[in-house]
Amino acid sequence: MDKTLKKYFPLFLLPALAAFLIAFFIPFLLGLYLSFTEFTTVSNAQWVGLRNYVRAFSSNRDFLNALWFTVRFTVVSVITVNVLAFALALALTRDIRGTNLFRTIFFMPNLIGGIVLGYIWQLIINGVLMNFGVDITFSAKYGFWGLVILMNWQMIGYMMIIYIAGIQNIPGELIEAAAIDGASPFQTLYHVTIPMVASSTTICTFLTLTNSFKLFDQNLALTAGAPGRESAMLALDIYNTFYGRMGYEGVGQAKAVIFFLMVAVIAFAQLFLTRSKEVER
Amino acid sequence: MIKRRKWIREALFLFLLLLSAAFLAPVFIVLYNSFKGQFFISSAPFAFPNAQTFSGLKNYFNGVEKIRFFQAFGYSLFITVFSVAAIVLFTSMAAWYLVRVKSWFTNMLYYLFVFSMIVPFQMVMFTMSKTINVLRLDNPVGLIAVYLGFGSGLSVFMFSGFIKSVPLEIEEAAVIDGSGPVQTFFQIVFPILQPTAITVAILNTMWIWNDYLLPYLSIGNKYRTIPVAVQYLQGGYGSRDMGALMAMLILAIIPIVVFYLFCQKYIIRGVVAGAVKG
Repeated sequence: MDKTLKKYFPLFLLPALAAFLIAFFIPFLLGLYLSFTEFTTVSNAQWVGLRNYVRAFSSNRDFLNALWFTVRFTVVSVITVNVLAFALALALTRDIRGTNLFRTIFFMPNLIGGIVLGYIWQLIINGVLMNFGVDITFSAKYGFWGLVILMNWQMIGYMMIIYIAGIQNIPGELIEAAAIDGASPFQTLYHVTIPMVASSTTICTFLTLTNSFKLFDQNLALTAGAPGRESAMLALDIYNTFYGRMGYEGVGQAKAVIFFLMVAVIAFAQLFLTRSKEVER
Repeated sequence: MIKRRKWIREALFLFLLLLSAAFLAPVFIVLYNSFKGQFFISSAPFAFPNAQTFSGLKNYFNGVEKIRFFQAFGYSLFITVFSVAAIVLFTSMAAWYLVRVKSWFTNMLYYLFVFSMIVPFQMVMFTMSKTINVLRLDNPVGLIAVYLGFGSGLSVFMFSGFIKSVPLEIEEAAVIDGSGPVQTFFQIVFPILQPTAITVAILNTMWIWNDYLLPYLSIGNKYRTIPVAVQYLQGGYGSRDMGALMAMLILAIIPIVVFYLFCQKYIIRGVVAGAVKG
């Protein structure tokens, strides 16, 4: 089988591999190389060593500002989304009417694209802020909390579904045993339910973490970084550096490499955590 | 005790009902604003349309004309359907090859596919759009190849995970009966892969249909998909038409809601399976 199949390389592997090389692998290597050069089009690249990496931080404060904004946003979103999603999952695994309909409604926003989401919330938030005589571009604070609300609206339903799957996998006897031993509902929650959904918690934490950290479309549509570039997150700052002004393409690519390394660290942390848990089991 | 429980349940139900209303409110507000004259939207976004502000379907006609919505819908549909079909077909074939043909080469390729999953789009944004230009892939058909390439990481990973759990004996039996790799794959393996194929299709549909930056950078000035067309309303030219924007947001949401209502079971199942594996 092995050997016959091997001859079918052009049919089975080549289409996906060729597309992968063109769309991902070659651009990836080229991007890595270009981050050490100065260029406006790819063909006029000049080697400049680490200068782009230095300039990413030194030419202005945009990148550090975006990094700080992104980190704060990610921390707040991960906590709020997960706490609220878990609370909803608890409510919806109880024996009440209409749980299916509620699930359907809470999950729906997750399917709407980031650009559309951004404009929906821009209307709502500006409508509320209008009462105070300002709009969302007035201060980065408004943009920040606007993005947090948007992110919660979009992600809660998704995470809720994963938590529900986790809660439903808890053996019923465990809960019954706790009740017979005289545990209060709060004690059952704290000592049985929460530890038993630990793997769902890990999945949800990392899903919200990477999604928040890499956020772009919502950021572009909701504030586009306003005021100035104060509410721009990392992905938007990289985009602005590339396409905002001539001569900064190399700096943009260096920022993109740094961004990639940060995302990779998060991914490896997740891999490490899930692996070590699997060993415990 | 039992009475108290019942009371709590009723309270919870009422709370969830209110919360669902709050979840739907943003879309509902956009919906009724889409029937107001464009100058009455920013000035009083929460007011219902009345005799003075109601403008019928004018915003819809305006918006559809401005961003050529139905053309955008066509491009989005074409690109999404054929990209997803290509991804399901070619990455399942690739995954089967990678799992069944054991060598350092297939091993390395597998890890390369997996590696691509953690690379954010911004890393390859500029160089990818240049490559697309050079290779003349800057059209809806070319974009299908690009999505196949960029989406293959997750899809190969998910298919491989499933294929590893398929017992080899089933395939060997087919080989003994005289069927070649092509027959074995399409008659035996691919039908077994169906649950994973649905998950892969759902996840990629949600990604490609809503994707903004990739189509904007690669084909955005000639062919606008729906997200690119909506963002185009924001445009460079000063004041934007809020009425048209509201109407287009609604038109952009309708296909997603319809898709969701028809395939809800698969979407939710696919999303859970994808989360656990991704």
